[in-house]
Amino acid sequence: MTPDPYFFLVIFCGVALVFPLMPLALAWLWRRFFQPPKPGPAKNATYECGVESLGEAHVQFQSHYYLYCVIFLIFDVEAIFLVPFAVAFTDLPIGAFIAILVFLLLLIEGLVWAWSKGCLDWARAR
Amino acid sequence: MSGQVDEGLRSELQKQGIWVTSTQELYNWGRRNSIWPLQFGLACCAIEMIATAASRYDLARFGGEVFRPSPRQADLMIVAGTVTKKMAPQIVRLYNQMPDPKYVISMGACAISGGPFKQGYNVLKGIDRYIPVDVYIPGCPPRPEALLHAFMELQRKIDGQKLTGESKAPFLDANQPSEFPVPAFGAHDLEPPLNSDVFHPPTIKR
Ligand code: SF4
Repeated sequence: MTPDPYFFLVIFCGVALVFPLMPLALAWLWRRFFQPPKPGPAKNATYECGVESLGEAHVQFQSHYYLYCVIFLIFDVEAIFLVPFAVAFTDLPIGAFIAILVFLLLLIEGLVWAWSKGCLDWARAR
Repeated sequence: MSGQVDEGLRSELQKQGIWVTSTQELYNWGRRNSIWPLQFGLACCAIEMIATAASRYDLARFGGEVFRPSPRQADLMIVAGTVTKKMAPQIVRLYNQMPDPKYVISMGACAISGGPFKQGYNVLKGIDRYIPVDVYIPGCPPRPEALLHAFMELQRKIDGQKLTGESKAPFLDANQPSEFPVPAFGAHDLEPPLNSDVFHPPTIKR
């Protein structure tokens, strides 16, 4: 007779339960009979690098700065366009030169706009 | 616990392929072969400690290669180097944050007594003024072999610790402290300058 295929799943669950519970139970027994727990202010402290923590852990950060990241991305891509432009600069016709200038101007305009909107400040006054 | 089985009977049984042990022996065997040190160094002695942990001297042979970056996981504090008075409170606090059982090796002249900087205004004259030290290693700096020797001494000490009875290990005694007062920065020196519960210098007879 072959056992039910789900029977192995039951065994698996049993082992999965006993395996982590056994060390915990042993540790509990050890604490109970041999080693008394000795908690203290330093041991229970959250921060564990020897230095006493200052102030609250719940500090708020402003999320406005994501705009800075977006602007960085745009200018990063711009640099990719500028490198081939610079390499081929001497062979370019005048039309291509003007086209890239317009492209730059559009981006710089955007930068000036973002700057005047205060997107580049770390902590904006609310 | 151990001692209940006669030594002669034990070796006789061992010859027959039966190995008799006690909880205490098993416990100490496990502990002494997995001493995890706290990962920090203070001055030049730390370089020797690093060399000990690296492949040439290979602290891993003694089960001590797992340097823990958190005091919560460490068993051993190797005070390797000059303890300045600025650093002493942090050392004591780190020691306090280590869970029992915990041990301290005082490595080098500086950690023992202040060493070459003993007369200095800003060097602690021995870390044993604030925390109990298990093994001292003289030298400036001690060679990696000396640290290995200290490790073996510590293993010997762990091996001899009792689980029960009058002379049981201090970390098993509910009345023994596990944390020691952290000194504070005073006007001229650390306050208090030493912990008289911990610091028992030998009286010098001339
Ligand atoms: S004992 Fe010597 S080698 Fe070690 S920290 Fe002090 S001065 Fe440096």
